Amino acid sequence: MKFIKYLFIGILFGIVMTKSEAISWYRIQEMFRFQAFHMYGIIGSALAVGVVGTFLIKKYQIRSLGGDTIHFNPKAVSVPRYLFGGILFGLGWALTGACPGPIFTLIGNGFTVFLVVLASAVLGTLAYGMMRDRLPH
Amino acid sequence: MIILFVEQISQPWAWYVSGPMIALVMFLLLWFGGEFGVSSTMRTMCAAGGAGKRISFFDFDWKSQLWNIVFVLGAVLGGYLAATFLTPAEPLQISDATADDLQQIGIAFNGGLAPTEIFSWSNLLTAKGLIVMVLGGFLIGFGTRWAGGCTSGHAISGLSNLQLASLIAVIGFFIGGLAMTHLFFPLIF
Repeated sequence: MKFIKYLFIGILFGIVMTKSEAISWYRIQEMFRFQAFHMYGIIGSALAVGVVGTFLIKKYQIRSLGGDTIHFNPKAVSVPRYLFGGILFGLGWALTGACPGPIFTLIGNGFTVFLVVLASAVLGTLAYGMMRDRLPH
Repeated sequence: MIILFVEQISQPWAWYVSGPMIALVMFLLLWFGGEFGVSSTMRTMCAAGGAGKRISFFDFDWKSQLWNIVFVLGAVLGGYLAATFLTPAEPLQISDATADDLQQIGIAFNGGLAPTEIFSWSNLLTAKGLIVMVLGGFLIGFGTRWAGGCTSGHAISGLSNLQLASLIAVIGFFIGGLAMTHLFFPLIF
């Protein structure tokens, strides 16, 4: 039962992603062709609210429901892992028109063949885990 | 009044509604003690499948991440509920320029979420189907884990926290996406 709240936020997320059309392959193509503002508006306005909210959480040391202070782990800066990993993900994002969240939501939308995309992504994650020590980070 | 509300939210949501709602999802997850990052669920799935016995990267307390698995199950269910009960009256609209560009590489805009001639079970085992769905999925899984996050973890959560690492990752996302769209699409399709 302690997980039920996560189910509800997940449902909200799935509805937002569907109704915003951010799960649409066509919308992702518009974005990568710079032919519409829609996706940039979504990401930009999410960020605008996100930056202000995150600043306020840190400034006022807002606590979570469980009573702990919400803290953010700073990410160590390096170029290779973020740039190369990011490029590989970007290639897959444009191909499938979906980042990980939309993969799940598209399955719910009846695009059941995205189960294959998901399985392949899990396999890709597994392959990364196997090769991790040999990759630049 | 409820019917009117459902009718209202069944129409496509404007970007200035959608974006803040995504931020709300992030804040709710933080408030509940979690964080907004979808791609890490794939690492959890590997670990839950027993990959930690052989590969140290998957040897962690995956049960502490079960909340995120429940979250993505919700994302599936939310997609189902939206498709079933919040059906828009009009087909999807995209820019004419994009529809024209896609037409030129042989992909018709069908007014739905994705081209069904590509994303269908019957197309899976063709060359295009394998490249788009199988290779595409693999690149997503490999790339997000290497970069330590995807759109939710870096572009939304990380940039909201002004992380330089996330900015490098997002620049990478766009280099990859632009290269695929403008250089490789004409070769694939």
